[in-house]
Amino acid sequence: MLADILNTLPQVLVDGLALGAIYAVIALGYTMVYGILELINFAHGEIFMTGAFIGVAMLILMTGMGWLAAMPAILALILVLVVTSILTGFMGVGIERMAYRPLRNSPKLITLISAIGVSFLLQDLVRFITEYKRGNYILTGPSMFNSQFTIKFSSVSSSFSDAFFKTSTLILIICVVVMMVALDFFVNKTKWGMAMRAVAQDRDTASLMSINVNKVISLTFFIGSALGGATGVLFAVQYGTIDPYIGFILGLKAFTAAVLGGIGNIRGAMAGGIMLGLLEMFAAANLQLLTNGVLGAEYKDVFAFAILIIVLIFKPEGLFGKAVTEKV
Amino acid sequence: MSILTVSNIKKQFGGLVAVNSVDMTVEKGSITAVIGPNGAGKTTFFNLITGVYQPDEGNVQLGSSSLVGLKPHEISRLGIARTFQNIRLFSNITVLENVMVGLHKQLKAGIVGTLFQTKKVREEELRAQEEAYHWLEYVGLAQHLNEEAQNLSYGAQRRLEIARALASKPRLLLLDEPAAGMNPRETRELTEFIHRMRDDLNVTIVLIEHDMKLVMEISEHIIVLDHGEKIAEGKPAEIRNNVKVIEAYLGKSAVTPA
Repeated sequence: MLADILNTLPQVLVDGLALGAIYAVIALGYTMVYGILELINFAHGEIFMTGAFIGVAMLILMTGMGWLAAMPAILALILVLVVTSILTGFMGVGIERMAYRPLRNSPKLITLISAIGVSFLLQDLVRFITEYKRGNYILTGPSMFNSQFTIKFSSVSSSFSDAFFKTSTLILIICVVVMMVALDFFVNKTKWGMAMRAVAQDRDTASLMSINVNKVISLTFFIGSALGGATGVLFAVQYGTIDPYIGFILGLKAFTAAVLGGIGNIRGAMAGGIMLGLLEMFAAANLQLLTNGVLGAEYKDVFAFAILIIVLIFKPEGLFGKAVTEKV
Repeated sequence: MSILTVSNIKKQFGGLVAVNSVDMTVEKGSITAVIGPNGAGKTTFFNLITGVYQPDEGNVQLGSSSLVGLKPHEISRLGIARTFQNIRLFSNITVLENVMVGLHKQLKAGIVGTLFQTKKVREEELRAQEEAYHWLEYVGLAQHLNEEAQNLSYGAQRRLEIARALASKPRLLLLDEPAAGMNPRETRELTEFIHRMRDDLNVTIVLIEHDMKLVMEISEHIIVLDHGEKIAEGKPAEIRNNVKVIEAYLGKSAVTPA
């Protein structure tokens, strides 16, 4: 049994890393907003989904006009990523402005309901527009970056088999790493990042230090949503087919990843996302083996979430979170 | 010349009148104390000046500009900084970063410049670190720069709050019970420090304080609040002998023995 697990491990690692990278960036959006407003922004998964649709729509449009064939694919992707992240970024800012800011002083639960409302609204809006334009709400993007690579794990040790991956996986992982490093730098080393951390800790005091709190909150939504939208594009390129409901379950899992890493903690969200991705892929590949065929790969979520529960029982603040001590 | 003019200011919370028709004029470069029994409305008075609360009536003027209707961050930009009765540092970030937050308004970097990390922005961040360090040296906390603020001793946290406030280069500095919880030696040091600050930095200081020794020693002008109303003002010697003030603190029987 161990030999079989080892055998598939390289492929599990590659696939898990790709999936985990997506979870991680979306988890960032949840964790940043939670850190600053203590709000679980349930619409964030839908921003990711909208990003995927905007990206695919642009790619289809560019194919139709012959631009995609005319320019290097990577250039086209970068262009689409930039435009999509700007659009979804402003969308996030708009959602905060219209659906959350008027409720800032009401109980947290009210804002949460508002977030759920926004999320349904976006799902149906995207579904309506896509169906209206294309006659079908399931969208398949142009096939890009499909050449296969092989990492020869078998040459390291004969107990491993080779791992395969597409160019798009490589691009996905590189993009995610760039986004994470940039965000980490921004938050920890710049004036606006510092303002963000100050607002997250104590909004009133920060405002007495001449920090424009509303501006910082808008900025947080912009960055979180821009990253989420860009990840949507990468997701669409990696997995090909998208529908308006991908944001729900993916968002839920990314939120889980954020909790796993310690909600409000940016580095924790990154680690939590990668971990959840790896766990899920590991379960998908090995669950049948581990349970003698009782549970199939479709129970991978059960496995991943069981791990989450166990972690939270022993470490309720999450892996990287700080235990909150009650102030007396 | 007066730097802060509060005229006829009023603030009501439901049926409770927290501050009622209070006037105050603060001379530039002076040290003014606001005193009064607990619940007299002193902190509310500070909150009205810094924009945390909006006054129901009356006007607050810094120099020649009115502060009524401005948000706290806008008032802070005009040059008012404060510390808090209950220490309110950003406790999970480092000592140096706390002071750098105080520098926020002086840094010109916009969001776009920050995203692209232009040379100017990077140089500015570097200068900000140096300046924050300078303020830490000024209050004697330079050796703690990389510690988390919450790990400092109580007295050191108070000084860090002052450093953070000073970093914003205020024209007017409001100190809310700076000596609260300090032992006599720390209070003595604080008294000297407040004097030094005023002389070195040319800043006007208004403080709320319960430690009468400190108040009498330090202030040039004193305002006494009780139940939201101003009951007396004047020089320390005048306040010390004011019948109404003694009454407010000790009760009527202290003035007219039964």
